[in-house]
Amino acid sequence: MNDMTLVADKPETKPAKKAVGVPYAVLAELTHRCPLQCPYCSNPVELERAGNEIDTETWKRVIDEAEAMGILHVHFSGGEPTVRKDLEELVAHAAERGLYTNLITSAVLLDEKRLMGLRDAGLDHVQISFQGTDADLANRVAGFKGHAKKLEVARLVRKAGLPLTVNAVMHRQNLHQLRSMIDMAVELDAERLEVAQVQYYGWALKNRDAFLPTREQLDEATAIVEEARVRLKGILAIDYVVPDYYAQRPKSCMGGWGRQFLNITPAGKVLPCHAAESIPSLEFDNVKDKSLAWIWENSSAFNKYRGTDWMPEPCQSCDRREIDWGGCRCQAFALTGDAGNTDPACAKSPQRDVLRDPLEAARTIDENDLPDFVYRRIGG
Amino acid sequence: MSERTILTEDSVPKLPRHAKLRFDKPRDKWIILAPERVFELDPIASEVVRLCDGSKPVNEVVDTLAAKYEAPRDVIAKDVIDMLQGLADKGFVVT
Ligand code: SF4
Ligand code: SF4
Repeated sequence: MNDMTLVADKPETKPAKKAVGVPYAVLAELTHRCPLQCPYCSNPVELERAGNEIDTETWKRVIDEAEAMGILHVHFSGGEPTVRKDLEELVAHAAERGLYTNLITSAVLLDEKRLMGLRDAGLDHVQISFQGTDADLANRVAGFKGHAKKLEVARLVRKAGLPLTVNAVMHRQNLHQLRSMIDMAVELDAERLEVAQVQYYGWALKNRDAFLPTREQLDEATAIVEEARVRLKGILAIDYVVPDYYAQRPKSCMGGWGRQFLNITPAGKVLPCHAAESIPSLEFDNVKDKSLAWIWENSSAFNKYRGTDWMPEPCQSCDRREIDWGGCRCQAFALTGDAGNTDPACAKSPQRDVLRDPLEAARTIDENDLPDFVYRRIGG
Repeated sequence: MSERTILTEDSVPKLPRHAKLRFDKPRDKWIILAPERVFELDPIASEVVRLCDGSKPVNEVVDTLAAKYEAPRDVIAKDVIDMLQGLADKGFVVT
């Protein structure tokens, strides 16, 4: 009776399936427009302009196709998805089809009326990003004075009876606020806190020295999370990922490239992961030209790193190859210049020493000498 | 502010608002959907969860299952409460 499978956490317990399985989730990036300028933004360095965004009818068709394929979750994201006036219409459309709808938002454009409208449209869950727990730091990281508004909207989310996840991207300059971030999530009555780490590609790679935490900071953070998880069991769920530069084994990339997940960009390009456009050799298909199901099965970008056949050694003969899938392709590219290499976040990677300089920098840079942020802006 | 939910025979369990229970045709399974998570339920777990609709206490759920499977009530009760407690700790069941 207890053998329920938490798919997202234990992909290894799933029976080996044919190469093209049924995807679980789609991340719908409705727009790249966003009032914030987070220097770790996962959007590509080449941001899509509003004029290239696909229209409401195309998104609705894509949602229908996703449902027919067996997709269960739609995450409405961006940029800032609430910039789009048709958000309510798209949420309603997805909810009518029985999909689980999640809004990933910076919250700064939301108000009570809009939240109630989204709830009535059938929205299942809201995830709000926070850049820190005090306004000075949070606003400096975001490049926007939005912290107070985020707190206000988080309370409105609970008032609307909607479930809330606090998403906190933690790094060298805000990890000292981890304890207060946990307290803040409890105080806001969130169900879940996601302690995310900066992933170093795109914008974040430009800001790596400013963000990469020290070993001591990381060990302290891990201890804080472990203590809080026990103390807050059944009150607040905490998802926590160790920054990969300090790990011995890489994270599982999206539960396997082209295995569970697709990402649709504002212009309609379909990617195996949100950062896949950072790999210049990949060619992406567009929902304007092809059906989502066709793309899932046939797109060269999906098939390139799907399964295990593409893997080099040491992955090819490693018993973890269907657990972590050789790590992150975007990170392999960012650090080694070839997305087909083992992710250097794995200690077995022959290119592991590319991490030496950044880690050395993290160890030696003085707190007062941290480089200024390169903020996310259209036009780089 | 919330406290840890402890399940007993008197609790009246249901899914929280952020979790959705549905049958998934392509996978031929009952599943619970929550943010970033999909729980696939085995047939027995799905029966238990489907009975937990917020209208009846755990002891009624146990009675129903004990009668249906002609199994010792105390064994069923323990299994059901353990399972629901596990789900509650993950935030998938509230009372
Ligand atoms: S990471 Fe920051 S800048 Fe990027 S989309 Fe999210 S809120 Fe906007
Ligand atoms: S060698 Fe490859 S498969 Fe093995 S742990 Fe490292 S990245 Fe994963």
